[in-house]
Amino acid sequence: MQQLLQQVVSGLADGSVYGSLALALVLIYRATHIINFAQGEMGMFATYVLWALVTHHGMSYWPAFVLVLALAFVGGVGVHTVVIRPLARAPELTIVMATIALLVVLNGLAGWIWGPDEKVVGSPFPNNSWNVGGVLVSEQSVGVIAITLGCVLVLWLFFRFTKVGLALRASAVNPQASRVLGVRVPWMLALGWGLASVLSAISGTMAAASFYVFTPSYMQSVLIYAFAAAVLGGLESPLGAVVGGLALGVTVNLLGHYVGWIGSDLQLPVALAALLAVLLVRPGGLFGRVAVRRV
Amino acid sequence: MALLELTDVRAHYGQVRALHGVTLTVEEGEIVALLGANGAGKTTTLRAISAMVAREGTLRFDGRPLGRTAESVARRGITHVPEGRGIFGELTVWENLQMGVYLRRDRRAAQRELAELCDETPWFRDRRGQQAGTLSGGEQQLLALGRARLTKPRLVLLDEPSLGLAPLVVQRFFEVVRRLNAEQGVTVLVVEQNAAIALEASHRAYVLEVGRVALAGPSAELAKDEAVRSSYLGY
Repeated sequence: MQQLLQQVVSGLADGSVYGSLALALVLIYRATHIINFAQGEMGMFATYVLWALVTHHGMSYWPAFVLVLALAFVGGVGVHTVVIRPLARAPELTIVMATIALLVVLNGLAGWIWGPDEKVVGSPFPNNSWNVGGVLVSEQSVGVIAITLGCVLVLWLFFRFTKVGLALRASAVNPQASRVLGVRVPWMLALGWGLASVLSAISGTMAAASFYVFTPSYMQSVLIYAFAAAVLGGLESPLGAVVGGLALGVTVNLLGHYVGWIGSDLQLPVALAALLAVLLVRPGGLFGRVAVRRV
Repeated sequence: MALLELTDVRAHYGQVRALHGVTLTVEEGEIVALLGANGAGKTTTLRAISAMVAREGTLRFDGRPLGRTAESVARRGITHVPEGRGIFGELTVWENLQMGVYLRRDRRAAQRELAELCDETPWFRDRRGQQAGTLSGGEQQLLALGRARLTKPRLVLLDEPSLGLAPLVVQRFFEVVRRLNAEQGVTVLVVEQNAAIALEASHRAYVLEVGRVALAGPSAELAKDEAVRSSYLGY
C-alpha cells in the first residue's frame, strides 16, 4: 500500500511534466490548428538557458527560473512573429513542417552552443522525504507537482477571469467575429504562443529536475508522452490535457513498478498501447466532445 | 455630411471581382437596407466596409477615411454582425456579451448597460452559463444584436439577420432593430434577402445588381416600384 502510494506520487510528478507540455500543445492547437512539434525543444532550450544562468552567471535557481520564464515568453512571441505569422495563409501542413524544422534547428543549436554531453542543472528542491503516515513522499515530487500545477492554475485564472484571457479564447473560437469586435487577433495569437512557450519551459525545467541530468534530446520522449496526454484528453480540452498527463504519468509508473517484464524499457510502448485502447473506446478522447451546434 | 460614404468601391476575392464600383451613403440615424439577388454583392459591400475583404475606392466614415484592418474599423465605432451571426459558439452567453464591451473604456457605464440589456431580455441573465452554440437561431441573433449594442456603436452592419429564422422571429427581430433606431438613434445598414420586411423596416434602400447600385430611393417608394416588386417582392 505504501509502495503503491509512493508510486502514485512520483507518477503524478512525471504526469504534471507531461501535462504542462500537453497543455502547451493544446493551446497552440486551439489557436493555430496545428501540432507544434517544436514544443518540447522550446522547453529544452529554456532549460539550457537556465543551466547557463545558474552555472556560468552565478544566479541562484529561483531568480533564474523566473527570468527564464520571462525569456521563454519573449521567445514564444518571437517564434510566432518570425516563423508562424508569415505562414498564416499557408496550408496547415506547411506550418507543421516549419515546426518540425524548428525542432531540428533548436536541437542542433543547443548541441552547438552547449555541446552534446550531459549537463546537471540540479534540483531546486531538497533531497528529503516526508513521512506521511508511513508513506515516504519525496519533496522533489511534491515540488514538481506544486510548481507545474500552480502555473497551470494561474494560467486557468488568467483565461477564465481576465478580459485579455476572454479575448484570447474568443480569437481561437472565431477569429473573424473577434476582429470585427476590435480584437487584435494576431497579437492574441502571439500571446498564445508566448504562454505555450512558458508552459514548455516549466515542463522542461521540471523534467530536468526530475531526471537530474539532461542532453539536447531529453525532451523528445517527454514530447511523445505529452502528445499522448493531449490526445487522451481530447486535443481541444485544456483540462483534458492536464488530466491526461497525470493519468499517463501514474499509469506508466505503476506498470513499470508492478509488472516485472515491462520495467523501464517498455514503458513508452505500453503507455501508447494503453492510449490506443482508450481511443478505441472513446475516439474523441476522455474530455473531447463533439461540438454542439445548431444551424 | 453623411455618416458613411462609399464612392466607387471595388472589391475582389482573388481574381474574381465582386464589387464593380458601389456608391452609397448612410446618414446618421437612418436605417438603410441593401437589397439584391444572390451574388449581387450585398455581403461583400458590408465586408468591404469592415475591411474583411481587400477593397479599393473611397470609404469615409464621419468624414475621415476608413482603415485597412477589421480591428481599426471596429475601433471607429462600426459593429458588424456577420452572416451566421458571429457568435462564439463554445463560449457562454455571458462571455459573448462581455466580448461586446471589449473595446469600451468606460467599463462602469458598459456594465450598467449590460444590466439594462438583461432587464430587457431576461434570458441573457437566466441562461448566462449556457454555451451560445446551443441557442436557437433566433436567440443567437438577439444575442449578436445585444452584443453589438454593448459596443456602443455609431453604425451597425447587419448581414442577413433573417437567414434561417422563422417569419415570426424575423418580425420580432426587426421590431427590436427599429426600436433601437428610434429610441437610441443607432444607425443601421442592413443586408437582407427578405425584401418585404427590409423595405418595411428601413427608411431608404439600395438595390444592388452584379456588384453595382441599380436602384436607390426611400423604402416606401421602392416598395411601390414595378421593377422592385416583380424582381424582389414577387407580386
